[in-house]
Amino acid sequence: MTEIDFLADTMRRLLVGVPLTIALAVVSVACGMALAIALAVLRAGSRIAEPLVRAYVFVLRGTPLLLQIFMIYYGLGQFSWVRNSIAWDLLRQPWWCAILALSLNTAAYGSEIVRGGLNSVPSGAVEAARVAGMTALTRYRRIVLPIAMRQALPAYGNEMVIMVKSTSLASIITLMEVTGIAYAIISETYRAIEVFLCAGTIYLVLNFLLTRGIGALERRLNPQLGQAAH
Amino acid sequence: MKLSTLLATAVVALSAVLGGAAQAKEWKKVVIATEGAYPPYNLTQANGKLAGFEIDLAANICPRVHLECTFIATDWNGVIPGLLAGKYDAIMDGMSITPKRLKVIAFSTPYTQSPSTFAVMKKGPLANMPDTGKRVSLDNPAQMDAAIKALTPVLKGRTVGVQVSTIQADLLNKYFKDIMTIRTYGKTEEHDLDLYAGRVDLVMASSTYFVASLNTPQGKQAEESGPLFVGGLLGQGAGVGLRKTDPELKALFDKGLAEAKADGTLKKLSLKWFKTDVVPQ
Repeated sequence: MTEIDFLADTMRRLLVGVPLTIALAVVSVACGMALAIALAVLRAGSRIAEPLVRAYVFVLRGTPLLLQIFMIYYGLGQFSWVRNSIAWDLLRQPWWCAILALSLNTAAYGSEIVRGGLNSVPSGAVEAARVAGMTALTRYRRIVLPIAMRQALPAYGNEMVIMVKSTSLASIITLMEVTGIAYAIISETYRAIEVFLCAGTIYLVLNFLLTRGIGALERRLNPQLGQAAH
Repeated sequence: MKLSTLLATAVVALSAVLGGAAQAKEWKKVVIATEGAYPPYNLTQANGKLAGFEIDLAANICPRVHLECTFIATDWNGVIPGLLAGKYDAIMDGMSITPKRLKVIAFSTPYTQSPSTFAVMKKGPLANMPDTGKRVSLDNPAQMDAAIKALTPVLKGRTVGVQVSTIQADLLNKYFKDIMTIRTYGKTEEHDLDLYAGRVDLVMASSTYFVASLNTPQGKQAEESGPLFVGGLLGQGAGVGLRKTDPELKALFDKGLAEAKADGTLKKLSLKWFKTDVVPQ
């Protein structure tokens, strides 16, 4: 087989894993973002929740994601009471373990980003909303969160890009996404450099599309900045 | 110093360096890669030190051929690319000599040979599958077909765990792909954990591996089941993996192994670590 044939064949086989890579990234970023917003709002609004959220962020941000995936997949499976609970229906599947680990991890980083966004909301805007008679919930929904998320978007885009790459760790719990397939091909052919080059290209293309999407969203949310913001 | 003198010196120095490299390498120190996680071939003790059949074997054969051997722990995944990249000079990791691997690297003569089989939970539905304990040769198509036919009704729709890029993974992919879901793991210890947790119904590995793993406190819940597969793509046993460009080193390992086999050391170590004689005949 010539070099070009080998690369083309490798690419074809790696592309089979792209849907799984995208699914892992999209689902965990979505779940993680919902949790991140909830955590950030809790931290800003509740004296009791504040230290708990801080502890959560401290632990999840301070330990490697690889370890978290291992702990959730192999660690929880060690306990018979976990295996006998209803949660085992989900936890016995590698897919849900990966989603859980990735979501919890990105939520920790995300909540800090959203917190930065919340802090940047001008107090005048909140005051005006209060004077206008909005309830706390309406205030958050209409004024605080839209401004906070707009401010947080560039940093959050960064986190999304990292998450696309983090899905590559799912291969250690038997999920055959792009990196998992790459390892399998290397074990057949022993040609690590070519195969990783192909896998790297796939991640590069995915993240190129993602950053373009985030850029477009940024421009839409900040029309006053016009063409300058890109 | 004049420019011409400088150039001449440089040429002399350069040719000395190149000439030295072109000579046949005389081996004194050898770095051997192992996983440290494939008992009883190799394992990592509680104090962090490596131990196992291969560690003992190297300690015995290296002095015979005046080599100073040191071990380095490496992931199974990528152990061959690491050898080719020159990160170490040899692999001793229960690695079976197969036609596929022989295309890429060289091997010493084999030092163990053992069949591959399944392990299942003792209390599960797969205990005592058809042909348990019977030798089935992949080189005998009629025998293999009969074994697969007998196993198909029991294994249909099950999930099997196996270490990635092993001869056992090749066997499953070739003969059981349409019958079972195959999940691949980085380490054998990981598929064992999933067997105990019930995420996979059975696992496949070398029977020499099961000697150790089924003897652990957790492993006692499981047992071997199904035929003992030998031959074909399972290869001619495990040997020292070496670069094709180092024939001198292969000669040294072959010599050491031949001596260890002749004076009974190999058998003694086999009985010590595997509790059975796995010396290739």
